[in-house]
Amino acid sequence: MNDGAPAHPDGHGHVDVAKVTLSEEIVDRASVASTDVAEYATWLGDDALILAQQLGWWISRAPELEEDIALGNIALDLIGHARSFLHYAGTATGRSEDDLAYFRDEHEFRSVHLVEQPNGDFAHTIVRQLLMSLYLFELYRELAGSADATLAAVAGKAEKEVDYHRDHASQWILRLALGTEESRERLLVALSDLWPYVEELFRDEPLHDVLAGIAVRPSGLREAFDRVLTDLFAEAELARPRTPTTSGGGRRGQHSEYLGYLLTEMQVLARRHPGATW
Amino acid sequence: MNSAELTLPATDDAQERYFQELIDRDSRIEPRDWMPAEYRTSLIRQISQHGHSEIIGMQPEANWITRAPSLKRKAILMAKVQDEAGHGLYLYSAAQTLGISRDEMAEQLIAGKARYSSIFNYPALTWADMGAIGWLVDGAAICNQVPLCRASYGPYARAMVRICKEESFHQRQGFEILLELSQGTAAQKEMAQDAVNRWYWPSLMMFGPPDDESPNSAQSMAWKIKRFSNDDLRQRFVDMVVPQAEVLGLTLPDPELAWNEDRGHYDMGEIDWAEFHEVLAGRGPCNAQRMQRRRDAHEDGRWVREAAAAYAEKQAAASLKAAS
Repeated sequence: MNDGAPAHPDGHGHVDVAKVTLSEEIVDRASVASTDVAEYATWLGDDALILAQQLGWWISRAPELEEDIALGNIALDLIGHARSFLHYAGTATGRSEDDLAYFRDEHEFRSVHLVEQPNGDFAHTIVRQLLMSLYLFELYRELAGSADATLAAVAGKAEKEVDYHRDHASQWILRLALGTEESRERLLVALSDLWPYVEELFRDEPLHDVLAGIAVRPSGLREAFDRVLTDLFAEAELARPRTPTTSGGGRRGQHSEYLGYLLTEMQVLARRHPGATW
Repeated sequence: MNSAELTLPATDDAQERYFQELIDRDSRIEPRDWMPAEYRTSLIRQISQHGHSEIIGMQPEANWITRAPSLKRKAILMAKVQDEAGHGLYLYSAAQTLGISRDEMAEQLIAGKARYSSIFNYPALTWADMGAIGWLVDGAAICNQVPLCRASYGPYARAMVRICKEESFHQRQGFEILLELSQGTAAQKEMAQDAVNRWYWPSLMMFGPPDDESPNSAQSMAWKIKRFSNDDLRQRFVDMVVPQAEVLGLTLPDPELAWNEDRGHYDMGEIDWAEFHEVLAGRGPCNAQRMQRRRDAHEDGRWVREAAAAYAEKQAAASLKAAS
């Protein structure tokens, strides 16, 4: 029953268990981030971390073994990005990636609401992944030219990986849209449920002005994002959803109700043993 | 074919002699070679069970992915569970060369008609279980599987070569988790000892019943699918982990463990075979939960697989139409 499941180059995103070490898996340039750059790196790191945490749930629950592997690969890539950004963010205050991931409270997280939305069914997970991958691809492509060498290096590596993620999601969008009546119906529901959270991705914040030349202004990515989406929707015979936009606020620490539960689960063990190493 | 100097025989008798000759010469049997029906059936049973074990075996560890206590450990654990899905795929592919389809194997598993390793019917209760599973369960699996790299059936042996390479990393990361815990806080060390106490005996049961009660062993050994007896492999495992436990600073929960100078091996206490048979009969702590989770994933994913198949059909029809 694998016919038609998206094919991926063997080994993409595969992390050899023996090789997962801090130095090899994350970009570490031994530079120290300023307070503003650290804040920006936290935004980037939190988006990747929360999305990876969500995808991790699927491993052992996916519709196909190939998809256990594919979603696992994507989650691994995202964890790698999160670690690089959070490691860098932590240099401003002498905190580690794990201090930031495990010992910040909900209001200190800076993730967008889209990544906090529940996995739902496979259609919801894929739509969320599509929207984030399209956005992150355009973002990292720009950020690879950032005046901040560390951000540029992380983004340069991440851009190539996110390119696979958007291909994976796009392939599934076509299959769900054009496959069966049920899959199309489920896809339409997911699109309509998640569309309200798209706007927040492209909202400029004052920090983007402060970090001109270093940070990427998200409003400038919208056109490219729309172009890719329009082509995909045309091929998938889909119309753009009309559901209204939500207010967002993730970059200012105002989150959806879902984030608290997600963090509780993610942080429970580390917090039970403060100061321990693993 | 396996040897240029052997000519292809025509009759069944001659084919059987030829097959046995290949086995005796330690040659590999390949998918298109003639083989006795029982050899085929026995291999399908063993390889598919092995594949099912990889798939069900994802669950106890997946249980801790979302709660892994550091990002590095989370990444390693994800990669490990993902490796297991990959092993399941290699094994199912090897079984498919014998004439069973992946759908049939999936159906057998969720219908409860196929077995998987009983070890996965024990719960993974703490983070230290990620260490104990890697060290003991993967360690036992390696002892069982390394000889399978020389199994007489080519596709199985080749799959095992690849799997064993990855399993040895898995075992090492399990050992590392336990080492970190045993050198950590008092609470962490206690967690590690508790996990080893719970996983040690079940990992010894992974080698199967004692040799005099193992129904399939003799024929499997004659066919060189299996190369060492259950008890021999179990002994090899115990001899390996006792010194490793000392390095970890943890104890193994068998008061009768003692070095036997004459035998050159460790003596061990009696395994609770009643527990083994209970779990095997489906009355272990997590049998129902593991099966339910697999069924749920299968059922919840049905509409997705159907969509992919329908899409592939439509694409094929469209390209056929374009070509005519």
